[in-house]
Amino acid sequence: MSTTFWIILAAAVATYFTRIGGHLVMSRFERIHPRVEAGLNAVPAAVLTTLVAPAVLTAGPAEWAALVVTALASLRGGLMTMFLAGAAVLILCRQFVG
Amino acid sequence: MAVEAVSEGSAASEFWQGVRLSLPVVVASGPFAMLFGALAIDNGFSVFEAFLISAAVFGGASQMVGIELFGHHVAPWLIVLSIFAVNFRHVLYSAGIGRRIAHWPLVQQALGYFILTDPQFAIAEAKAEAGERVGFIWYLGLGLPVYVFWVIETVIGALLGKLIPDTSALGIDFLLPIYFLGLVMGFRKRPLWLPIVAVSAAASILAYKTVGSPWHVTIGALAGVLLAVILPPRHSGVEPQMEHEV
Repeated sequence: MSTTFWIILAAAVATYFTRIGGHLVMSRFERIHPRVEAGLNAVPAAVLTTLVAPAVLTAGPAEWAALVVTALASLRGGLMTMFLAGAAVLILCRQFVG
Repeated sequence: MAVEAVSEGSAASEFWQGVRLSLPVVVASGPFAMLFGALAIDNGFSVFEAFLISAAVFGGASQMVGIELFGHHVAPWLIVLSIFAVNFRHVLYSAGIGRRIAHWPLVQQALGYFILTDPQFAIAEAKAEAGERVGFIWYLGLGLPVYVFWVIETVIGALLGKLIPDTSALGIDFLLPIYFLGLVMGFRKRPLWLPIVAVSAAASILAYKTVGSPWHVTIGALAGVLLAVILPPRHSGVEPQMEHEV
C-alpha cells in the first residue's frame, strides 16, 4: 500500500478518536458536575464562533453585508432561510465589490 | 428506548424529518466537496484516494488542510497531526452529545460518533435543548445525506478537476462562515450566549494572529467554555442540586 493510503488511514483513525474521545472521557464519570455541564452547554456557541470570527476579520464589505443579513434573517426565519439570504447577498455584492 | 417500540411509519417520518434538516448542510457543503475533489487531484491524489479520504475522514476543513500540506510534500506524520489538530474541536462535541445519545445501542453510538460533524452536533444539540429525544433514526436521516453527497461530490470534483469556474464570484469560499454564523445564531436563547460568543470570538482572533491556524479554533473554543465553567453555574441555567445520568 502507498504512503498516501497510510496517511489517509491514520488521519481517519485520528479523526474518529476526536469524535468519540470526549464521550469516552465523560462516560467515566457517574455524575456530571454542574460546572462541567455549564461548560458543555457552552460548546456549540463557543466552537462555532471560532469558525466565523477570524473569517470576519479577513473579509471585506461583501462578506460583512452577507453576515449582517444572515444574522438579521436568523431573528425571523429558520436555518435554510438565513443561509440562502446570506448566500444571495454575498453573491450579489461580489458582482459589484471586487 | 428501543427502536422496536417505534412503529415503522413513525420511524420513516423521523428519518425524513432528519433528511429535511440536512438539506441546507448538503447545499452548503456541496461546493466544498467538489472543490476538495479538484484540489486533491491538483495536489497529487488519485480519484480513488480523494474518494477514500472523504469517506474515511469526513471532515471538510481538515481535508483541505491535509491536501494542502500533501501538495507541499510535508512529512506524513505532520499531515496526520495537522488533520488531528483541525478536528480536535470534535472532542468537545463528543463530550456534549454523549449526554443525548447514551440510550442508543453501542453499535449505533459508534456510528453516530463517526458522522459527528459541526452541523450534525449543532442540530442534534438544538433538538435536545428543545426537550425532544434525539433518536438514532432521526440522527441518521440528518447525517446520511450529508455523508453520501460529500463523498459523491468529492469524486465529481476530482473527475471534473479544474472545470469548476470562478469560485470567488460564486461566493463558495465564504459559504461556510455564513452557514456557521447561522448555527451560532440558533443558540442565541441559551444562557450566557452573548458573553460566550464575545469571548470565543476575541480569543480565536487573538490566537489566529499569534499562534496561527488551526489552533485558534481550539483556543477560542476553550476560552468560551472556560467562561461558562468559571461563572457560577446558575448563570448557565444549571441547577447545582440536579443529578444527571451519564
